[in-house]
Parts: sequence; C-alpha cells; structure tokens
Amino acid sequence: MDRPLTVYVGKRLLLLIPTLLGVSVLTFLLIHLIPGDLVTILLGITASQNEQTRQALIHALHLDRPLAVQYLLWLGEVLRGDLGHSLVTGFSVRDELARSYPVTLQLALMTMSIALAVGVPLGVLAATRAGRALDASTRVFSLLFISAPAFFIGTVVIIGGARYAPWLPTLGHVPFTESPARSLGAMLPAAASLGLAISAIIARFTRSSMLEVLGQDFVRTARAKGVADRAVVYKHALRNALIPVVAMAGTQFVYLIGGAVIIEEVFALPGMGRLVVNAIYQRDYTMIQGAILLLTSAAVLVNLALDLLYHLIDRRILYA
Amino acid sequence: MRDESGVTGPRVVRRAMRSGSLLAGGLIVAGLLVAALAAPWLAPYAPTTIFPGAEIQPPGPRFLLGTDEVGRDILSRVLYGSRVSLGVAIPSVVLAVLTGTTLGVGLGYWGGATDLLAMRIFDVLFAFPPILLAIALVAALGPSTVNLVLTIALLTLPQFAVLARSATLALKPQEFVQAARALGASHGRILGTHVLPNLTPTLAVQTSLSLSIVILVEAALSFLGLGTQPPAPSWGGMLSRGRQYMTIAPWLVLAPGLAIMLAVLGFNLLGDAQRDLLDPRRAGARRTP
Repeated sequence: MDRPLTVYVGKRLLLLIPTLLGVSVLTFLLIHLIPGDLVTILLGITASQNEQTRQALIHALHLDRPLAVQYLLWLGEVLRGDLGHSLVTGFSVRDELARSYPVTLQLALMTMSIALAVGVPLGVLAATRAGRALDASTRVFSLLFISAPAFFIGTVVIIGGARYAPWLPTLGHVPFTESPARSLGAMLPAAASLGLAISAIIARFTRSSMLEVLGQDFVRTARAKGVADRAVVYKHALRNALIPVVAMAGTQFVYLIGGAVIIEEVFALPGMGRLVVNAIYQRDYTMIQGAILLLTSAAVLVNLALDLLYHLIDRRILYA
Repeated sequence: MRDESGVTGPRVVRRAMRSGSLLAGGLIVAGLLVAALAAPWLAPYAPTTIFPGAEIQPPGPRFLLGTDEVGRDILSRVLYGSRVSLGVAIPSVVLAVLTGTTLGVGLGYWGGATDLLAMRIFDVLFAFPPILLAIALVAALGPSTVNLVLTIALLTLPQFAVLARSATLALKPQEFVQAARALGASHGRILGTHVLPNLTPTLAVQTSLSLSIVILVEAALSFLGLGTQPPAPSWGGMLSRGRQYMTIAPWLVLAPGLAIMLAVLGFNLLGDAQRDLLDPRRAGARRTP
C-alpha cells in the first residue's frame, strides 16, 4: 500500500470515531426529546403510579444522574453489548435485534444485488446509445422509478401478484437458515420493489460515468488503434466507469436501510423495520434507541467500507 | 465539445425552450399548485363528506375516481391531498433553504473551529438513514404538522448548508471577491452582492430536488401513520388505509400512489432541467456518442 492511501484510510478510520460518537449522542438524546415527565411516559400512566416500578426504571436508565453521566453510563453499557430491556415486553433489546437483523440484512443484500444487476447494464446500454430511443426510454424508466415511493411499487407488486399470479406468495417470510431457496424466493417481491427504485438511480449514475469515460483520451486511443467497439466499451471503458459506481452504491446504502424499514411494513417481513415501527406504536423507546443505533452504525460502516474499496481500486484519486 | 456559454444570455433561453423536461416538470408542478390552491373549486365534493351506502364504489360518472372504504370521493381527497403534501413540503424546504444557506455561507466565509465542528455534526446527521431519523424524531415529538415540518426541515438543512459552504469556499479566493475586499467592501456587501447571487442557481436546483424528496418523506411518514393525521386526506395515509382493500378495489391505492409519483416526478424533472441548463456539459453529453 502506498503512503497516501494509508494516510487516507487512517484518516477515514479516525473520523469514524467522532461520527459514531455523534450518532450515539443523538440516539441517546432521542428519548429526552419527548415532552413531559419521562418516567410517566416510558412506563405509561398506570405503571408509573407504582413507586417501586418508578424507582426501578429510574435506576435502570440512571435518570437520577446528570445527563452527561447518564450518557456515559449508557454508552458504557452499549459498548459492552447491553442495549437494555424492552419497556413493553421486558425482553433484552439485543436479543430482539439479533432476531430481526438477519432479515433486514438479507433484504438489503438482495435489494443491492437487484439494483446493481438491473441498473448497471441499463446505464451502460443508455450510454452507448446516447441520444437514441433506448437512452430516452431508460431516462423515462429512471425518472418514473426514482419518483415512485418504494411502498407504492411494493403495493402494486402485491396487487399485480394477487391478480395475475395468485399461486405466487408475495407476503410472509421464510428464514434463510430454514430453506435458503424458499427464503430468497419469498423475499424476492420485496427486494425487487425496493431494488427497482435504487436501480433507477444507479442506471443514471452509470450512464453519466460511462459517458465521461468514453470521452476520455485512452478510449479514443484504443479506438484509433482499431480495438473493436465492444472491447472498447466493455473492457476499457466499463471497468473505469464502474469505479465511482462502487462509491455511489455506498451512499445509496443509507437510503436503502430507510427504504427497507418501510418495505418490510408493506410485505410483512419480520425485520428491523417492523421492529422499529411496532416499537414506535407501543412507545418502546429503548427498543427504538437500540434499533436506530444498530441500523445507523451498519449504514456508516458499509458506506465507509465501499468508500475505502473505491479508493483501493482507483489509484488515480488524489488523497486530499 | 464543451459549450462555454455560461448560464445567461439568449442561449440559455433557447436551451430552455428545447428542454422537454422543463416543460413537463413545469406543467406538472403548475398543475400541483393549481390543485392545491383551487381544491375547493376543482373538487366535486368536500374531502371528508361521507356518502352512506356508496362505500368502495369503482370509478364512474358520479365518483370519477371511485370512493373509499367509508364512502368518500377519492378524486376530491386526492385533490385536497395536494394541500396536505405541499403544506408540509413547501414550509419545510423554505425553512431548510433559509437556515441552511445562512449557515453554509457563514461557515464557508468565516471558517475556523465552528466550521470544523459544524461539518462533523453534519457528518453525523448524514449518517442516519433520513427516514429512520424522521420516524424517530416524529415519534418522540408527537405527530403534528408543525413537528413534521420542523423534523423534515432539520433533515433537509444540512444539504443546503454543505452546498452553500462549498460554493462559498470556491468563490472566496476568486478575483472579483478579492477585488471587492481590497476596495474595502464590507462583509455584508461582499456576501450580498458577490456570493449569494452566485449561489442562487445551485440552490435553486437543490430546492427542486429537495421538494421531491420531502414529498416522498412526508408520504412515507403518513403511510406509517406518523405523518399528517386523519381525517386530513394525506396521500400516504390514503394509500396505507387502502391496502386492506387493494385486491378488490385497487383504485383506493392507485389514485393516491400515482398522485405522489406525479408530484415527485414534477419536481424531479424541474430539478433535472435546471441542472442541465446550468451545466451545458451534461445536456450536451446526451448528443455526443
């Protein structure tokens, strides 16, 4: 590894610390944003009458200590893997998250695969036929899918499935460990609904990246040397054009996590999204905190990993 | 070939006339504004009027887009829904533009420790999946329109701040700004006459794109029951409640869903067209092989 790259990687890893700390501060402060007496809100009117229950919660959340101390104590517990207990069921938040996280992870990976598998070829085709009918229809496709909310696409998929392919199960979930094939099949409609929306963004990005590379000198040189058109596009240009797409996929991951939360609600998948939404309806704030912390950290780490990968692939980038 | 014509002059007007997306986007957004402003005159019924015995009617002459599960006219609700959607989207984006730009220009112009700190805070805000943070904030604050606007504005603000900051940083060392300073112009004058006017085009593009995103966020929150509360006819809420009947009465979800899509599409097209006009390279790229 050359020096500037090591410096860059080191810098990014160092910057990870303040970002994750900031994320934890905001997540921690979230329950203090709730207007009114915190203990009463967290416990509900009836349970909060019981002095013993009150004291137990105050003790568990360290509410009798100054805010900064509360945060540090909470952070210490989080770092030791203790995310507290659900305010509604009393179950360990960590165990609940561990149960639903694999579902969301599978959905995210499937969605990203679909988005790339559809978006990249579409973008390349549009770029090589720039200005022609296929380019124009790709543009229309992209605009429509960028504009359609994933929960609407999902709903249309369910309606269409029920109407034209009633034998096809569109709702429900099969754990991956139980039957990988059936699990992937059952999640396909959800992943496709979300993946199409993201593929539209990736297609547009790939197209402009491709066009930029196709206009560069080395492509002209390859063409002048008499390299066949296909080889120029797929061997010379595509490789280079895909590099920024990698970094872009990282930034899309943040949105993908948010989209997954909603699409899980549409397709009744028992993932993190349903967990968060149910926790919100039940005012289960410790659960909300844990879920947001986990999802956001995951998004930050994936984004960083893809960004570093981007820099590893592309040696020409200047390390600012 | 690169077109160096810049953004002013007759060329930009000619490009604008040719731009199909500008026309389409402009028409959709204009239609949306008309629908929102003139809903009481355009809608055949009030959005909350219930017609007993006319539940889940398919589209027909009396109810052009059919009726919902309690017997309300869907066309009227979709038209009034534009008020709900824009009523959240416009104030939150305006708030985000004003605060974000002020903050970004200040940070870029004066820099220093505040700038470093602010950028770290923005990094943190960007780290959260926006929908997730919006869900959490609205859940904590309670779902009212004011909280919705404040939450969405907070989520949108960093984009404008970062954009304004980097544009200001790029303008600061340029000769005309340095010259103004050498001539003894005050900071206020430099910012007002040299920096802000140069930011406007970039900010205008971002405003259109942000409006499209914010409409989606409001719809998503309402879909989850955390946004605009019933009986207000929010598109997201209509879609969510219609899902129970979607296989027997797809118009219950198609009408509000298409309305969201059209509104988002309108602002997206407008933003795209603005960007093409500002950056002729992008527009030209379409014609070069």
